Amino acid sequence: QQVSVEVLDHLEHLALVDFRDSEGVERLQKAIQFADQLHEVNTDGVEPMDSVLEDRCLYLREDDVTEGNCTKELLENAREKVEEYFVAPPGNIPLPKLEERETFLQGS
Amino acid sequence: AALNDGLRSQVSAALKEGRVTPAELCQRCLALIKSTKFLNAYITVAEETALKQAEESEERYKRGQPLGILDGIPIAVKDNFNTAGIETTCASNMLKGYISPYNATVVQKLLDQGAVLLGKTNLDEFAMGSGSTDGVFGPVRNPWSYSKQYKEKSVPKSHSEDEESNWVITGGSSGGSAAAVSSFTCFAALGSDTGGSTRNPAAHCGVVGLKPTYGLISRHGLIPLVNSMDVPGILTRCVDDAAVLLGSLAGHDPKDSTTIQDDFKPFELPNLTDVSKLSIGIPKEYHAPGLSSEILALWSKAADLFKNAGAKVVEVSLPHTRYSIVCYHVLCTAEVASNMARFDGLEYGHRSDMKDSTESMYAATRREGFNDVVRGRILSGNYFLLKQNYEKYFVKAQKVRRLIANDFVKVFRSGVDILLTPTTLSDAAPYTEFIQEDNRTRSAQDDILTQAANMAGLPAISVPTALSERGLPVGLQFIGRSFQEKQLLTVAKWFEKQVQFPVIQLEEVERHDSDVFQHQKSASFS
Repeated sequence: QQVSVEVLDHLEHLALVDFRDSEGVERLQKAIQFADQLHEVNTDGVEPMDSVLEDRCLYLREDDVTEGNCTKELLENAREKVEEYFVAPPGNIPLPKLEERETFLQGS
Repeated sequence: AALNDGLRSQVSAALKEGRVTPAELCQRCLALIKSTKFLNAYITVAEETALKQAEESEERYKRGQPLGILDGIPIAVKDNFNTAGIETTCASNMLKGYISPYNATVVQKLLDQGAVLLGKTNLDEFAMGSGSTDGVFGPVRNPWSYSKQYKEKSVPKSHSEDEESNWVITGGSSGGSAAAVSSFTCFAALGSDTGGSTRNPAAHCGVVGLKPTYGLISRHGLIPLVNSMDVPGILTRCVDDAAVLLGSLAGHDPKDSTTIQDDFKPFELPNLTDVSKLSIGIPKEYHAPGLSSEILALWSKAADLFKNAGAKVVEVSLPHTRYSIVCYHVLCTAEVASNMARFDGLEYGHRSDMKDSTESMYAATRREGFNDVVRGRILSGNYFLLKQNYEKYFVKAQKVRRLIANDFVKVFRSGVDILLTPTTLSDAAPYTEFIQEDNRTRSAQDDILTQAANMAGLPAISVPTALSERGLPVGLQFIGRSFQEKQLLTVAKWFEKQVQFPVIQLEEVERHDSDVFQHQKSASFS
């Protein structure tokens, strides 16, 4: 079954990535179809596996400061900065709704 | 020393005895890189720093104090590893112009041993792909496209168009690294392997491709794709060299908490002569649909080789094999959706001019910076992670992952030491044919034989076996038990010796280095 425009819109919001064109939407449809094959496998009583190293203890190091003081290096790759701040456009402004933003999904 | 020499046995000795200098090796490689530019294997060539490193190495040799076997050895690194002061792009517009402020741990380890970093190699954008065709710097060409062996076998269609339209892909996503090693422009290269990205191009380019056990080599500085499956990969011209590289890279890294804490002891590979105590498993499910009859025959011949030498060869079953690619598809896209979230233009990488809001800036940056493949995987991943889909897809895939990993555990517990399988379904496809299908379809087809090893975290190696009827390399894969790289490589080395894979006959290389072929062996396995 087809993914609804609401879900597609929701995905664009979550991912902050656009579908671009009908091919993009097709791509998702095919990906879901492909993934549906998983349901052929009987996984009753099987625990999900997070990591192949699950039988081992995760390494924790001592809480000692061993490096840092690299503000200059870290700021070098940023395009917009002021003193020691990364500069971002205003926040708390949600992405425009489907009808108001430039997206391929508008036509659907 | 010849460009085709083994590191431990020949090159190291030649450097120590002064028969060749690090500067000479470096210059030869740089010159060869220039004359093989059409392969598009390198994104960045770090000529100045490489020559400087070579000079420093030379000083050490003169003082009789080389740092080790790798001192002065030219190597190349896939462009998804951070390299301080050198651009790291991941073949994406998102990171064009990004100069890493630090070295990935594996890069640092190589430099600490005196290796000479020639440059960064080409790949599929963000390592997503199986052809090394989907990066912003264009596709990588398989050096074998220009080999005497391939040209002799190709049926000329039109005259001058031949070479231009006939060239074959390297496989991927570490195609640049594989091409670089295959064309002698470096002695070894780093790749990455998440679903087969080191073994696949190794098989297509006729070089050794090692995927170490997950947790053995540090991923710190390797720009992540799938945190639970990524590993740095090693590409070399012979198994012994892979062991040398492994020895210098493996071990716990406090900066990567997913590296195991066990002590790792570098090893030299013994020359195995008696395989009678070995048990080789042939997983029947690896006779996958689409497997070429040629490769099937080679696989069978290889099994016979072991049998005739006295090893126990048994058919085994890994029942969930055909679901591993589906499982991978879900887990990979899910982890990608998370890992790619860091690219928002704020701290590094491409930044859009859009200023209306942070969200719209992020959206525009990602719109401009990522190609279709990357965007497609991010969106799919987000879909599978939606609340309404989480159990159905993501958790389900994690359960199937356990079943796949358990398949291997059962087989190894039954007394099998090593599994022998094909690496790819066929030899390298011509580029024009490869691009007829989209990236996801290709990846799903091409990763089928390699990615279960990533799912289970097991070590695996592709060894060049023979030339196909088209004159192109075919590799076979060995999969071993967790952290048993020594056993895996010992068997691989024995196999390598039996098959005597032929040296590539490349005009460009012959012109530069006439004694490269003094160790030429005749093809005896095909």
